[in-house]
Amino acid sequence: MFIARAAWRLLVGSVILLAAVPALAEWAINMPRGVTPISHEIYDLHMTIFSICVAIGALVFGVMFFSIWKHRKSRGAKADNFHESQTVEIIWTVIPFLILIGMAFPATKTLIKMEDMSDIEMTVKITGYQWMWHYDYLEDGVSFYSRLDANSNKTRQLDSGLNPGDVPDYLLNVDKPLVLPVGVKIRLLTTAADVIHSWWVPQLGVKKDAIPGFINEFWTQIEQPGVYRGVCAELCGKDHGFMPVVVKAVNQDEYQAWLQSQRDVTPKTASL
Amino acid sequence: MSTTAAALHDHHEPQLTGIKRWLLTTNHKDIGTLYLWFSFIMFLLGGGMALIIRAELFQPGLQIVDPQFFNSMTTMHALVMIFGGVMPAFVGLANWMIPMMIGAPDMALPRMNNWSFWILPFAFAMLISTLFMRGGAPAAGWTMYAPLVLQTGDAFPFMIFSIHLLGISSVMGAINIIATVLNMRAPGMSLMRMPLFVWTWLITAYLLIAVIPVLAGAVTMLLTDKFFGTSFFNPAGGGDPVLFQHIFWFFGHPEVYILILPAFGVMSQIIPTFARKPLFGYASMVYASASIAFLSFIVWAHHMFTVGMPLAGELFFMFSTMLIAIPTGVKVFNWVATMWRGAMTFETPMLFAIAFVVLFTIGGFSGLMLAITPADFQYHDSYFVVAHFHYVLVPGAIFALIAAVYFWLPKWTGHMYSEALGKWHFWLSAVSLNVTFFPMHFVGLAGMQRRVPDYALQFADFNAISSVGAFIFGTSQLLFLYLVIKCIRGGPQASARVWEGAHGLEWTVPSPAPAHTFNTVPDSEVIRRETLA
Repeated sequence: MFIARAAWRLLVGSVILLAAVPALAEWAINMPRGVTPISHEIYDLHMTIFSICVAIGALVFGVMFFSIWKHRKSRGAKADNFHESQTVEIIWTVIPFLILIGMAFPATKTLIKMEDMSDIEMTVKITGYQWMWHYDYLEDGVSFYSRLDANSNKTRQLDSGLNPGDVPDYLLNVDKPLVLPVGVKIRLLTTAADVIHSWWVPQLGVKKDAIPGFINEFWTQIEQPGVYRGVCAELCGKDHGFMPVVVKAVNQDEYQAWLQSQRDVTPKTASL
Repeated sequence: MSTTAAALHDHHEPQLTGIKRWLLTTNHKDIGTLYLWFSFIMFLLGGGMALIIRAELFQPGLQIVDPQFFNSMTTMHALVMIFGGVMPAFVGLANWMIPMMIGAPDMALPRMNNWSFWILPFAFAMLISTLFMRGGAPAAGWTMYAPLVLQTGDAFPFMIFSIHLLGISSVMGAINIIATVLNMRAPGMSLMRMPLFVWTWLITAYLLIAVIPVLAGAVTMLLTDKFFGTSFFNPAGGGDPVLFQHIFWFFGHPEVYILILPAFGVMSQIIPTFARKPLFGYASMVYASASIAFLSFIVWAHHMFTVGMPLAGELFFMFSTMLIAIPTGVKVFNWVATMWRGAMTFETPMLFAIAFVVLFTIGGFSGLMLAITPADFQYHDSYFVVAHFHYVLVPGAIFALIAAVYFWLPKWTGHMYSEALGKWHFWLSAVSLNVTFFPMHFVGLAGMQRRVPDYALQFADFNAISSVGAFIFGTSQLLFLYLVIKCIRGGPQASARVWEGAHGLEWTVPSPAPAHTFNTVPDSEVIRRETLA
């Protein structure tokens, strides 16, 4: 059973790997383009640098494999004796330097945008606990904990006998998601109550450590409504793999209605 | 002739036999052998831990181990592989080869050499015994970030004490190498004639002396935080958890070059040999190694972009990290230029060397991608990082070690190894390692975080493939063990030169190298002929 499934996966894997590129899309092999202005820029940077690396690799390995094919003793190659050239050393120092400068410009521009905390419209404080998240809407007096959903939690126990395949969004679902409005520049603050955690949602292009004694800030502005899933990225102990993040992005009206419903159930308390 | 010379000098040392020979030895070759065997045992142990990890990750859900033990496995796998596998293996190579390469009779400090080896088995016995302690083995990652590491059970002080011991051993080894290289070169062996392996080890030894005490300081602060009421890293007492990361990575980043610089040196010995052409750009190779070593001290916070840093800090560490690509690129270009218009043959050491150049460069590319701070916010702590550092460490450091063993094994044993088995070992390793680690790029980019025992379903197929690759890779290394033992026991007699294109003083002594070499200094004419300048 175990082995049969492995063999099946291997077979499917190799078939899909050899199949057309669109088939690969379902395998999630690349960074998501995401749904925020920053995540788009990060994606573009990632693809640019990746392409540059592929081009350099093709060139260098191309030369090397040509040499391996051509300059082999079995083909009767006679070894040359040249072993020094200041000119080429300078060339292959300067050209990479120029390429790096070309990479540094767009990266710096994006970084400056990421750190621009002006025009903030609302703030949510995120606190990491072993092993759950706490969200606190600072202006609106709404706060709650967000834990791994019961279904995943039951299934993920050692020898549970349950099949993760039967659980929708296994390990990426919570009992209560963070609800955020679209089109609004939101400040997110992270901190932690025990050990270091890290709040990561790939679709939003954000990852920030939550550190006890520190408050980190960053921002996001979600473009389209949807459910975006992430995880704790910093090792935080036994259940590090079991404290997902779910962000539900809704339009402004829906957000206000949700906020109202939360005010009715959560008494206004001072933030933690 | 040299054999009789060696025999004449054997009366210096009482002939010890059995266990005493190994316990009391001050001979650089015996100590090198001890280091190499010890590190191989550690590779098998650390590899076994990796296979437990991969077995659990073979499919979603938890089937084999509980999450706490899983975290112990990732932590111990790293500690055993780094401090027990790669570092002692390179020290073993240094012990065997450096005196022979510079024409010295032994290491400068032979008794300390014995001590620095014999600390290791005790340090690791202590570290591994933590697996059986209340609270389990350390499980906070090899990076030991506070405050999580302070939640370790009874294992905590044992982990710290073993790291102290490993540090003492490494620093003593480094002092010995520096003293040997600077004081014991044969007349005529000027610094700029030294083989690249000696150069890279000299630079590595300085890195070790600079950063191991920093690690010792960091773990001592952890110890006092836990047992003596200090609050270096505890915010409740006015401390700072991020401080630990700064100190740790000030050690940790040079540490990764400690693991890879000697590998660069090995490559620079092997590639010219099998290209039958002198190393291209010898001087620039030396300067590039030194530049990498210097830069390694000013890039540490690129491991910490998500910790939260001012913009100026992020920019500084991004630019300085990108700069490392330049000297590293120079090295790769020089190796390719060495092959260019050579007369290449492809014995096993050369195959591993070529795989090193390609696969290490792929790891370098992902490193460059990680340097780009905005993108690092997505890559950080994902499986993309796991793929990156395994590409630089497995086909990087470990392939260099394997290549070095094949390269010098005939010199050590006096026998040729089985080329057919060596090629099997190479192809099995090279293919399975890519099956193991390449898919990790994909799952990381798609959102799988590192150090988790279980994952969402969209990562299942790639993880299954990785696990299959890992088991093939692990098993293939047993073939290597068999091949080495077979070669020690017998095989075609190796000539002194061993390889047609070999140059260097180590190839002027007989194979196997007698217990004592260069008791009289080699002729300066021989040195001139065997070295390039």
